[in-house]
Amino acid sequence: MTAKRDVSLTVNGVAYSASVEPRMTLVDLLRGELGLTGTHVGCEHGVCGACTILLNGQAVRSCIMLAVQADGAELMTVEGLSEDGQLHPIQQAFVGQRGLQCGFCTPGFLMSVYELLQHNPAPGDDEIKEALGGELCRCTGYQSILRSVRDAAARLRGEVPAAATEGEA
Amino acid sequence: MKPAQFDYADPRSVEDAVALLQQHGADAKILAGGQSLVPLLNMRLARPAVIIDVGKLRDLDYIRDDGDALVIGALTTQRSVERSELVAREHPLLAATTRYIAHPQIRNRGTFGGSIAHADPAAECPALAVALDMQITVVGPGGARVIAAADFFVTYLTTSLEQDEILTDVRVPKLTPGTGWSIQEVARRHGDFAMAGAICTLTLERGRCAAARIALFGVGAVPVRAPEAEQTIIGQEPNAALFEEAGARASAEISEPLADIHGSSEFRRHLAGVMTQRALTEAFSRAEAR
Ligand SMILES: Cc1cc2nc3c(=O)[nH]c(=O)nc-3n(C[C@H](O)[C@H](O)[C@H](O)COP(=O)(O)OP(=O)(O)OC[C@H]3O[C@@H](n4cnc5c(N)ncnc54)[C@H](O)[C@@H]3O)c2cc1C
Ligand code: FES
Ligand code: FES
Repeated sequence: MTAKRDVSLTVNGVAYSASVEPRMTLVDLLRGELGLTGTHVGCEHGVCGACTILLNGQAVRSCIMLAVQADGAELMTVEGLSEDGQLHPIQQAFVGQRGLQCGFCTPGFLMSVYELLQHNPAPGDDEIKEALGGELCRCTGYQSILRSVRDAAARLRGEVPAAATEGEA
Repeated sequence: MKPAQFDYADPRSVEDAVALLQQHGADAKILAGGQSLVPLLNMRLARPAVIIDVGKLRDLDYIRDDGDALVIGALTTQRSVERSELVAREHPLLAATTRYIAHPQIRNRGTFGGSIAHADPAAECPALAVALDMQITVVGPGGARVIAAADFFVTYLTTSLEQDEILTDVRVPKLTPGTGWSIQEVARRHGDFAMAGAICTLTLERGRCAAARIALFGVGAVPVRAPEAEQTIIGQEPNAALFEEAGARASAEISEPLADIHGSSEFRRHLAGVMTQRALTEAFSRAEAR
Protein backbone atom coordinates (compact mmCIF):
# COMPACT_ATOMS: atom_id res chain seq x y z
CA MET A 1 0.00 0.00 0.00
CA THR A 2 1.39 3.39 -0.92
CA ALA A 3 0.96 6.18 1.59
CA LYS A 4 -2.10 8.38 1.14
CA ARG A 5 -1.68 12.11 0.78
CA ASP A 6 -3.88 14.92 2.02
CA VAL A 7 -5.18 17.20 -0.69
CA SER A 8 -6.95 20.50 -0.04
CA LEU A 9 -8.53 22.38 -2.88
CA THR A 10 -11.38 24.74 -3.71
CA VAL A 11 -14.02 23.70 -6.20
CA ASN A 12 -16.60 26.29 -7.28
CA GLY A 13 -15.75 28.36 -4.22
CA VAL A 14 -16.21 25.50 -1.74
CA ALA A 15 -13.19 24.21 0.17
CA TYR A 16 -12.64 20.45 0.20
CA SER A 17 -9.99 18.19 1.62
CA ALA A 18 -9.48 14.52 1.04
CA SER A 19 -6.94 11.83 1.70
CA VAL A 20 -6.08 10.15 -1.59
CA GLU A 21 -3.77 7.59 -3.08
CA PRO A 22 -1.21 9.39 -5.26
CA ARG A 23 -2.40 7.41 -8.29
CA MET A 24 -5.91 8.85 -8.15
CA THR A 25 -6.65 11.13 -11.10
CA LEU A 26 -8.26 14.50 -10.48
CA VAL A 27 -11.43 13.52 -12.34
CA ASP A 28 -11.83 10.48 -10.09
CA LEU A 29 -11.44 12.70 -7.03
CA LEU A 30 -14.08 15.10 -8.34
CA ARG A 31 -16.58 12.43 -9.35
CA GLY A 32 -15.90 9.60 -6.95
CA GLU A 33 -14.88 11.33 -3.74
CA LEU A 34 -16.45 14.79 -3.92
CA GLY A 35 -19.62 13.66 -5.71
CA LEU A 36 -19.24 16.27 -8.46
CA THR A 37 -20.37 14.10 -11.35
CA GLY A 38 -21.06 16.97 -13.74
CA THR A 39 -17.54 16.56 -15.11
CA HIS A 40 -17.61 13.61 -17.50
CA VAL A 41 -14.90 11.10 -18.20
CA GLY A 42 -14.50 9.49 -21.59
CA CYS A 43 -11.15 8.42 -22.99
CA GLU A 44 -8.98 8.83 -19.86
CA HIS A 45 -5.95 9.75 -21.93
CA GLY A 46 -6.41 13.40 -22.78
CA VAL A 47 -7.94 13.05 -26.23
CA CYS A 48 -11.71 13.60 -25.98
CA GLY A 49 -12.03 16.66 -23.74
CA ALA A 50 -15.09 15.48 -21.78
CA CYS A 51 -13.24 15.94 -18.47
CA THR A 52 -12.09 19.53 -19.12
CA ILE A 53 -12.31 21.78 -16.04
CA LEU A 54 -10.74 25.07 -15.03
CA LEU A 55 -7.61 24.92 -12.87
CA ASN A 56 -6.71 28.34 -11.54
CA GLY A 57 -8.70 29.79 -14.45
CA GLN A 58 -7.16 27.66 -17.20
CA ALA A 59 -8.95 24.87 -19.07
CA VAL A 60 -7.18 21.55 -18.41
CA ARG A 61 -7.89 17.83 -18.70
CA SER A 62 -8.77 16.40 -15.28
CA CYS A 63 -8.18 12.81 -16.47
CA ILE A 64 -4.46 13.29 -17.08
CA MET A 65 -3.74 15.15 -13.89
CA LEU A 66 -3.24 13.49 -10.53
CA ALA A 67 -5.39 14.69 -7.66
CA VAL A 68 -2.21 15.36 -5.65
CA GLN A 69 -1.07 17.78 -8.35
CA ALA A 70 -4.16 19.91 -7.66
CA ASP A 71 -3.32 20.42 -3.97
CA GLY A 72 -3.91 24.08 -3.15
CA ALA A 73 -5.57 24.84 -6.49
CA GLU A 74 -8.81 26.64 -7.30
CA LEU A 75 -11.01 24.61 -9.58
CA MET A 76 -14.19 25.36 -11.43
CA THR A 77 -16.40 22.65 -12.85
CA VAL A 78 -19.63 22.73 -14.82
CA GLU A 79 -21.57 22.76 -11.52
CA GLY A 80 -20.06 26.17 -10.82
CA LEU A 81 -21.52 27.85 -13.91
CA SER A 82 -25.11 28.44 -12.88
CA GLU A 83 -26.01 30.92 -10.16
CA ASP A 84 -29.14 30.83 -7.98
CA GLY A 85 -30.72 28.22 -10.23
CA GLN A 86 -30.15 30.43 -13.30
CA LEU A 87 -28.20 28.86 -16.14
CA HIS A 88 -25.04 30.72 -17.11
CA PRO A 89 -25.30 32.70 -20.38
CA ILE A 90 -23.01 30.13 -22.06
CA GLN A 91 -25.37 27.35 -21.01
CA GLN A 92 -28.39 29.39 -22.15
CA ALA A 93 -26.73 29.84 -25.53
CA PHE A 94 -26.07 26.09 -25.85
CA VAL A 95 -29.73 25.41 -25.04
CA GLY A 96 -30.98 28.08 -27.42
CA GLN A 97 -28.76 27.08 -30.33
CA ARG A 98 -29.06 23.31 -29.81
CA GLY A 99 -25.37 23.07 -28.95
CA LEU A 100 -25.89 19.58 -27.55
CA GLN A 101 -27.75 16.38 -28.20
CA CYS A 102 -26.75 13.58 -25.80
CA GLY A 103 -24.79 16.05 -23.66
CA PHE A 104 -21.87 13.78 -22.89
CA CYS A 105 -19.30 16.19 -24.30
CA THR A 106 -21.05 19.34 -23.06
CA PRO A 107 -19.36 19.92 -19.67
CA GLY A 108 -15.96 19.96 -21.37
CA PHE A 109 -17.15 22.28 -24.13
CA LEU A 110 -18.71 24.68 -21.63
CA MET A 111 -15.53 24.96 -19.59
CA SER A 112 -13.35 25.46 -22.66
CA VAL A 113 -15.75 28.12 -23.96
CA TYR A 114 -15.67 29.78 -20.54
CA GLU A 115 -11.89 30.08 -20.69
CA LEU A 116 -11.97 31.34 -24.29
CA LEU A 117 -14.54 34.06 -23.61
CA GLN A 118 -12.68 35.26 -20.52
CA HIS A 119 -9.69 36.13 -22.71
CA ASN A 120 -11.48 36.96 -25.92
CA PRO A 121 -15.00 38.39 -25.70
CA ALA A 122 -15.46 38.50 -29.48
CA PRO A 123 -13.69 35.47 -30.99
CA GLY A 124 -13.76 34.85 -34.73
CA ASP A 125 -14.73 31.40 -36.00
CA ASP A 126 -11.08 30.42 -36.44
CA GLU A 127 -10.35 31.32 -32.84
CA ILE A 128 -13.38 29.35 -31.65
CA LYS A 129 -12.23 26.32 -33.65
CA GLU A 130 -8.70 26.61 -32.26
CA ALA A 131 -10.03 26.75 -28.69
CA LEU A 132 -12.40 23.81 -29.19
CA GLY A 133 -10.36 21.61 -31.55
CA GLY A 134 -9.48 19.39 -28.61
CA GLU A 135 -13.11 18.79 -27.60
CA LEU A 136 -14.81 15.93 -29.39
CA CYS A 137 -18.56 15.67 -30.00
CA ARG A 138 -20.06 12.59 -31.63
CA CYS A 139 -23.58 14.03 -32.01
CA THR A 140 -23.90 17.57 -33.21
CA GLY A 141 -21.52 17.83 -36.15
CA TYR A 142 -20.17 20.97 -34.42
CA GLN A 143 -22.11 23.58 -36.46
CA SER A 144 -24.63 24.16 -33.68
CA ILE A 145 -21.76 24.37 -31.19
CA LEU A 146 -20.15 27.12 -33.26
CA ARG A 147 -23.48 28.97 -33.29
CA SER A 148 -23.78 28.47 -29.54
CA VAL A 149 -20.37 30.00 -28.89
CA ARG A 150 -21.07 33.01 -31.11
CA ASP A 151 -24.37 33.45 -29.27
CA ALA A 152 -22.74 32.99 -25.85
CA ALA A 153 -20.17 35.65 -26.69
CA ALA A 154 -22.94 38.04 -27.76
CA ARG A 155 -24.91 37.37 -24.57
CA LEU A 156 -21.85 38.01 -22.40
CA ARG A 157 -21.21 41.26 -24.27
CA GLY A 158 -24.74 42.25 -23.29
CA GLU A 159 -26.19 41.94 -26.78
CA VAL A 160 -29.61 40.50 -27.53
CA PRO A 161 -29.40 36.72 -27.90
CA ALA A 162 -29.97 35.28 -31.34
CA ALA A 163 -33.30 33.62 -32.01
CA ALA A 164 -33.38 29.97 -31.00
CA THR A 165 -32.73 27.62 -33.88
CA GLU A 166 -35.79 25.58 -34.70
CA GLY A 167 -35.87 22.12 -36.20
CA GLU A 168 -32.21 21.87 -37.19
CA ALA A 169 -30.15 18.84 -36.47
CA MET B 1 -7.46 2.71 -17.36
CA LYS B 2 -6.20 3.51 -13.87
CA PRO B 3 -2.55 3.91 -12.91
CA ALA B 4 -0.88 1.12 -10.95
CA GLN B 5 0.21 2.08 -7.44
CA PHE B 6 3.28 4.22 -6.96
CA ASP B 7 4.95 6.23 -4.25
CA TYR B 8 4.93 9.97 -4.67
CA ALA B 9 7.45 12.67 -3.82
CA ASP B 10 7.24 16.39 -4.50
CA PRO B 11 10.71 17.86 -3.98
CA ARG B 12 11.07 21.63 -3.49
CA SER B 13 14.53 22.00 -5.03
CA VAL B 14 16.47 20.63 -7.99
CA GLU B 15 19.01 19.16 -5.54
CA ASP B 16 16.28 17.25 -3.69
CA ALA B 17 14.86 16.01 -6.99
CA VAL B 18 18.30 14.76 -8.05
CA ALA B 19 18.82 13.08 -4.66
CA LEU B 20 15.51 11.25 -5.08
CA LEU B 21 16.48 10.19 -8.60
CA GLN B 22 19.76 8.84 -7.27
CA GLN B 23 18.00 7.01 -4.47
CA HIS B 24 15.38 5.31 -6.65
CA GLY B 25 17.25 4.82 -9.91
CA ALA B 26 15.33 3.08 -12.67
CA ASP B 27 12.23 2.73 -10.46
CA ALA B 28 11.60 6.47 -10.52
CA LYS B 29 10.03 8.71 -13.15
CA ILE B 30 9.90 12.50 -13.21
CA LEU B 31 6.42 14.02 -13.55
CA ALA B 32 6.29 17.53 -15.04
CA GLY B 33 3.09 18.60 -16.84
CA GLY B 34 1.95 15.00 -17.01
CA GLN B 35 0.43 15.38 -20.48
CA SER B 36 2.47 12.48 -21.85
CA LEU B 37 3.26 10.57 -18.67
CA VAL B 38 -0.20 10.39 -17.07
CA PRO B 39 -1.81 8.88 -20.21
CA LEU B 40 0.98 6.26 -20.10
CA LEU B 41 0.29 5.65 -16.39
CA ASN B 42 -3.46 5.39 -17.03
CA MET B 43 -2.87 2.79 -19.72
CA ARG B 44 -0.23 1.12 -17.56
CA LEU B 45 2.30 1.41 -20.36
CA ALA B 46 4.46 3.00 -17.67
CA ARG B 47 4.54 1.51 -14.16
CA PRO B 48 7.16 3.42 -12.17
CA ALA B 49 7.42 2.56 -8.47
CA VAL B 50 8.07 6.20 -7.59
CA ILE B 51 6.79 9.40 -9.17
CA ILE B 52 8.92 12.47 -8.57
CA ASP B 53 6.63 15.44 -9.19
CA VAL B 54 8.79 18.43 -10.11
CA GLY B 55 5.74 20.67 -10.53
CA LYS B 56 6.58 22.61 -7.37
CA LEU B 57 9.98 23.76 -8.69
CA ARG B 58 8.50 27.12 -9.63
CA ASP B 59 11.93 28.69 -10.11
CA LEU B 60 12.23 26.58 -13.28
CA ASP B 61 9.30 28.55 -14.75
CA TYR B 62 10.73 31.51 -16.68
CA ILE B 63 11.57 32.91 -20.10
CA ARG B 64 14.69 35.06 -20.12
CA ASP B 65 16.24 37.19 -22.85
CA ASP B 66 19.95 36.38 -23.02
CA GLY B 67 21.03 38.50 -25.96
CA ASP B 68 21.43 36.14 -28.90
CA ALA B 69 19.14 33.52 -27.34
CA LEU B 70 16.08 33.04 -25.17
CA VAL B 71 16.51 30.80 -22.15
CA ILE B 72 13.43 28.85 -21.12
CA GLY B 73 13.06 27.12 -17.76
CA ALA B 74 12.05 23.47 -18.06
CA LEU B 75 8.80 23.91 -16.10
CA THR B 76 7.53 26.80 -18.25
CA THR B 77 4.26 25.66 -19.78
CA GLN B 78 3.91 25.43 -23.54
CA ARG B 79 1.02 27.89 -23.15
CA SER B 80 3.26 30.47 -21.45
CA VAL B 81 5.74 30.20 -24.32
CA GLU B 82 2.94 30.54 -26.86
CA ARG B 83 1.50 33.61 -25.13
CA SER B 84 4.73 35.35 -24.09
CA GLU B 85 5.20 38.85 -25.51
CA LEU B 86 8.96 38.36 -25.30
CA VAL B 87 8.75 35.22 -27.44
CA ALA B 88 6.34 36.87 -29.90
CA ARG B 89 8.78 39.75 -30.37
CA GLU B 90 12.13 37.93 -30.25
CA HIS B 91 11.30 34.50 -31.60
CA PRO B 92 8.14 34.21 -33.72
CA LEU B 93 9.24 30.76 -34.97
CA LEU B 94 9.26 29.46 -31.39
CA ALA B 95 5.80 30.91 -30.75
CA ALA B 96 4.46 29.43 -34.00
CA THR B 97 5.97 26.01 -33.25
CA THR B 98 4.35 25.88 -29.81
CA ARG B 99 0.92 26.49 -31.29
CA TYR B 100 1.20 23.21 -33.22
CA ILE B 101 1.40 21.20 -29.97
CA ALA B 102 -1.90 19.51 -29.25
CA HIS B 103 -4.64 21.84 -27.98
CA PRO B 104 -4.80 24.79 -25.55
CA GLN B 105 -6.13 22.48 -22.82
CA ILE B 106 -2.97 20.34 -23.13
CA ARG B 107 -0.57 23.27 -23.52
CA ASN B 108 -1.96 24.82 -20.32
CA ARG B 109 -0.29 21.93 -18.42
CA GLY B 110 2.39 20.54 -20.74
CA THR B 111 5.85 21.96 -20.14
CA PHE B 112 8.51 23.06 -22.61
CA GLY B 113 11.14 20.93 -20.90
CA GLY B 114 8.81 17.94 -20.78
CA SER B 115 8.24 18.10 -24.51
CA ILE B 116 12.02 18.02 -25.13
CA ALA B 117 12.68 15.32 -22.49
CA HIS B 118 9.86 13.10 -23.75
CA ALA B 119 11.51 13.07 -27.22
CA ASP B 120 8.56 11.96 -29.28
CA PRO B 121 9.90 11.81 -32.85
CA ALA B 122 6.68 13.38 -34.17
CA ALA B 123 6.77 16.26 -31.67
CA GLU B 124 7.45 19.80 -32.81
CA CYS B 125 9.76 21.18 -30.09
CA PRO B 126 12.43 18.47 -30.43
CA ALA B 127 12.57 19.22 -34.16
CA LEU B 128 12.93 22.92 -33.42
CA ALA B 129 15.70 22.04 -30.98
CA VAL B 130 17.57 20.24 -33.77
CA ALA B 131 16.85 22.97 -36.32
CA LEU B 132 18.21 25.74 -34.09
CA ASP B 133 20.99 23.85 -32.28
CA MET B 134 19.38 24.47 -28.89
CA GLN B 135 21.56 23.90 -25.82
CA ILE B 136 19.92 21.73 -23.19
CA THR B 137 21.04 22.09 -19.56
CA VAL B 138 20.65 19.08 -17.29
CA VAL B 139 21.57 18.76 -13.62
CA GLY B 140 22.75 15.55 -11.95
CA PRO B 141 24.64 14.58 -8.80
CA GLY B 142 27.87 16.02 -10.24
CA GLY B 143 26.30 19.37 -11.15
CA ALA B 144 25.14 20.83 -14.45
CA ARG B 145 26.16 19.91 -17.99
CA VAL B 146 25.03 21.26 -21.33
CA ILE B 147 24.02 18.94 -24.16
CA ALA B 148 23.69 20.07 -27.77
CA ALA B 149 20.36 19.14 -29.33
CA ALA B 150 22.17 17.11 -31.99
CA ASP B 151 23.50 14.82 -29.23
CA PHE B 152 20.37 14.81 -27.07
CA PHE B 153 17.87 12.71 -29.03
CA VAL B 154 19.06 9.10 -29.10
CA THR B 155 16.09 7.18 -30.42
CA TYR B 156 12.32 6.92 -30.05
CA LEU B 157 11.39 8.44 -26.62
CA THR B 158 15.03 8.13 -25.52
CA THR B 159 17.50 10.90 -24.79
CA SER B 160 21.04 11.19 -23.47
CA LEU B 161 19.68 12.25 -20.04
CA GLU B 162 21.06 9.94 -17.38
CA GLN B 163 18.69 8.26 -14.94
CA ASP B 164 19.71 10.65 -12.16
CA GLU B 165 19.57 13.85 -14.19
CA ILE B 166 16.86 16.46 -14.58
CA LEU B 167 16.48 18.87 -17.47
CA THR B 168 16.50 22.40 -16.06
CA ASP B 169 16.57 24.83 -18.99
CA VAL B 170 16.88 25.16 -22.72
CA ARG B 171 18.76 27.87 -24.59
CA VAL B 172 16.99 28.76 -27.82
CA PRO B 173 19.20 30.72 -30.26
CA LYS B 174 17.45 33.64 -31.98
CA LEU B 175 17.37 33.90 -35.76
CA THR B 176 19.94 36.22 -37.32
CA PRO B 177 18.80 39.29 -39.30
CA GLY B 178 17.64 38.48 -42.82
CA THR B 179 16.45 35.02 -41.81
CA GLY B 180 12.97 33.80 -42.70
CA TRP B 181 11.34 30.76 -41.12
CA SER B 182 8.49 28.32 -41.48
CA ILE B 183 6.96 25.29 -39.81
CA GLN B 184 4.74 22.97 -41.85
CA GLU B 185 3.10 19.73 -40.84
CA VAL B 186 0.39 17.31 -41.89
CA ALA B 187 -1.71 15.67 -39.20
CA ARG B 188 -4.94 13.70 -39.47
CA ARG B 189 -6.73 16.23 -37.29
CA HIS B 190 -5.72 19.67 -36.08
CA GLY B 191 -3.71 19.23 -32.87
CA ASP B 192 -2.67 15.63 -33.51
CA PHE B 193 0.95 14.59 -33.66
CA ALA B 194 2.35 15.15 -37.15
CA MET B 195 2.48 12.38 -39.75
CA ALA B 196 5.39 14.40 -41.09
CA GLY B 197 6.59 17.94 -40.69
CA ALA B 198 9.41 20.32 -41.56
CA ILE B 199 10.92 23.35 -39.86
CA CYS B 200 13.08 25.55 -42.10
CA THR B 201 15.08 28.72 -41.73
CA LEU B 202 16.60 30.55 -44.67
CA THR B 203 19.01 33.49 -44.57
CA LEU B 204 19.30 35.83 -47.56
CA GLU B 205 22.34 37.91 -48.39
CA ARG B 206 22.29 40.02 -51.53
CA GLY B 207 19.62 37.84 -53.08
CA ARG B 208 21.42 34.56 -52.42
CA CYS B 209 20.75 31.96 -49.80
CA ALA B 210 23.61 32.37 -47.31
CA ALA B 211 22.38 29.75 -44.85
CA ALA B 212 19.58 27.24 -44.62
CA ARG B 213 18.44 24.74 -42.03
CA ILE B 214 15.92 22.00 -42.53
CA ALA B 215 14.71 19.77 -39.68
CA LEU B 216 12.19 16.99 -40.25
CA PHE B 217 9.92 15.31 -37.73
CA GLY B 218 7.58 12.34 -37.75
CA VAL B 219 9.82 10.54 -40.23
CA GLY B 220 12.18 8.50 -38.06
CA ALA B 221 13.19 7.60 -34.53
CA VAL B 222 14.48 11.12 -33.85
CA PRO B 223 14.06 14.53 -35.49
CA VAL B 224 16.71 14.93 -38.20
CA ARG B 225 18.40 17.61 -40.27
CA ALA B 226 18.43 17.19 -44.05
CA PRO B 227 21.97 18.27 -44.95
CA GLU B 228 21.85 17.38 -48.65
CA ALA B 229 18.68 19.36 -49.14
CA GLU B 230 20.28 22.28 -47.27
CA GLN B 231 23.34 22.14 -49.56
CA THR B 232 21.06 22.21 -52.60
CA ILE B 233 20.02 25.76 -51.85
CA ILE B 234 22.95 27.30 -50.00
CA GLY B 235 24.77 29.77 -52.27
CA GLN B 236 21.95 29.77 -54.80
CA GLU B 237 19.37 32.34 -55.81
CA PRO B 238 16.21 30.88 -54.34
CA ASN B 239 13.36 30.03 -56.70
CA ALA B 240 10.47 27.59 -56.94
CA ALA B 241 12.39 24.97 -58.93
CA LEU B 242 15.20 24.99 -56.37
CA PHE B 243 12.75 24.44 -53.50
CA GLU B 244 11.18 21.55 -55.36
CA GLU B 245 14.60 19.99 -55.86
CA ALA B 246 15.46 20.50 -52.17
CA GLY B 247 12.19 18.81 -51.21
CA ALA B 248 13.03 15.83 -53.42
CA ARG B 249 16.50 15.63 -51.85
CA ALA B 250 15.07 15.74 -48.33
CA SER B 251 12.60 13.02 -49.18
CA ALA B 252 15.37 10.84 -50.63
CA GLU B 253 17.98 11.36 -47.91
CA ILE B 254 15.97 10.39 -44.82
CA SER B 255 16.29 6.79 -43.68
CA GLU B 256 13.24 4.52 -43.67
CA PRO B 257 10.36 6.51 -42.03
CA LEU B 258 8.24 4.76 -39.40
CA ALA B 259 5.05 3.20 -40.71
CA ASP B 260 1.96 3.06 -38.51
CA ILE B 261 -1.82 3.17 -38.86
CA HIS B 262 -1.62 6.86 -39.73
CA GLY B 263 0.66 6.51 -42.72
CA SER B 264 2.93 4.15 -44.59
CA SER B 265 6.65 4.67 -44.82
CA GLU B 266 6.42 5.76 -48.49
CA PHE B 267 3.65 8.22 -47.71
CA ARG B 268 5.68 9.83 -44.92
CA ARG B 269 8.70 10.05 -47.18
CA HIS B 270 6.56 11.81 -49.76
CA LEU B 271 5.12 14.17 -47.14
CA ALA B 272 8.60 15.04 -45.84
CA GLY B 273 9.51 16.31 -49.31
CA VAL B 274 6.33 18.31 -49.75
CA MET B 275 6.61 19.83 -46.27
CA THR B 276 10.23 20.80 -46.96
CA GLN B 277 9.30 22.46 -50.23
CA ARG B 278 6.43 24.40 -48.65
CA ALA B 279 8.48 25.43 -45.62
CA LEU B 280 11.36 26.69 -47.77
CA THR B 281 8.94 28.64 -49.93
CA GLU B 282 7.40 30.33 -46.93
CA ALA B 283 10.74 30.91 -45.19
CA PHE B 284 12.04 32.57 -48.37
CA SER B 285 9.07 34.92 -48.59
CA ARG B 286 9.52 35.86 -44.93
CA ALA B 287 13.25 36.45 -45.49
CA GLU B 288 12.48 38.73 -48.44
CA ALA B 289 9.99 40.69 -46.33
CA ARG B 290 12.52 41.36 -43.55
C1 LIG C 1 -4.18 14.55 -26.63
C2 LIG C 1 -2.72 14.94 -26.65
C3 LIG C 1 -2.16 15.42 -27.82
C4 LIG C 1 -0.82 15.78 -27.86
N1 LIG C 1 -0.32 16.28 -29.03
C5 LIG C 1 0.97 16.69 -29.08
C6 LIG C 1 1.52 17.25 -30.26
O1 LIG C 1 0.83 17.41 -31.28
N2 LIG C 1 2.83 17.61 -30.24
C7 LIG C 1 3.60 17.47 -29.13
O2 LIG C 1 4.77 17.83 -29.16
N3 LIG C 1 3.11 16.95 -28.00
C8 LIG C 1 1.82 16.57 -27.94
N4 LIG C 1 1.33 16.04 -26.77
C9 LIG C 1 2.26 15.84 -25.61
C10 LIG C 1 2.44 17.12 -24.79
O3 LIG C 1 3.13 18.08 -25.56
C11 LIG C 1 3.25 16.88 -23.52
O4 LIG C 1 3.01 18.01 -22.74
C12 LIG C 1 4.75 16.73 -23.66
O5 LIG C 1 5.08 15.69 -24.56
C13 LIG C 1 5.39 16.33 -22.33
O6 LIG C 1 5.46 17.42 -21.46
P1 LIG C 1 4.92 17.30 -19.99
O7 LIG C 1 5.39 18.50 -19.26
O8 LIG C 1 3.46 17.08 -20.02
O9 LIG C 1 5.74 16.05 -19.43
P2 LIG C 1 5.33 14.74 -18.63
O10 LIG C 1 4.20 14.06 -19.25
O11 LIG C 1 5.22 15.08 -17.19
O12 LIG C 1 6.67 13.89 -18.83
C14 LIG C 1 7.00 13.29 -20.07
C15 LIG C 1 8.33 12.57 -19.96
O13 LIG C 1 9.41 13.49 -19.85
C16 LIG C 1 10.10 13.32 -18.62
N5 LIG C 1 10.39 14.67 -18.11
C17 LIG C 1 9.51 15.72 -18.08
N6 LIG C 1 10.11 16.82 -17.60
C18 LIG C 1 11.40 16.47 -17.32
C19 LIG C 1 12.52 17.19 -16.81
N7 LIG C 1 12.45 18.51 -16.49
N8 LIG C 1 13.69 16.52 -16.68
C20 LIG C 1 13.80 15.20 -17.01
N9 LIG C 1 12.77 14.49 -17.51
C21 LIG C 1 11.58 15.10 -17.65
C22 LIG C 1 9.18 12.52 -17.73
O14 LIG C 1 9.89 11.73 -16.82
C23 LIG C 1 8.44 11.67 -18.74
O15 LIG C 1 9.19 10.55 -19.09
C24 LIG C 1 -0.01 15.66 -26.70
C25 LIG C 1 -0.57 15.18 -25.52
C26 LIG C 1 -1.91 14.81 -25.48
C27 LIG C 1 -2.50 14.28 -24.20
S1 FES D 1 -11.63 11.82 -20.42
FE1 FES D 1 -10.15 13.35 -20.23
S2 FES D 1 -9.76 13.91 -22.26
FE2 FES D 1 -11.09 12.21 -22.48
S1 FES E 1 -23.77 16.04 -27.66
FE1 FES E 1 -23.39 13.92 -27.72
S2 FES E 1 -21.22 13.87 -27.81
FE2 FES E 1 -21.64 15.95 -28.02
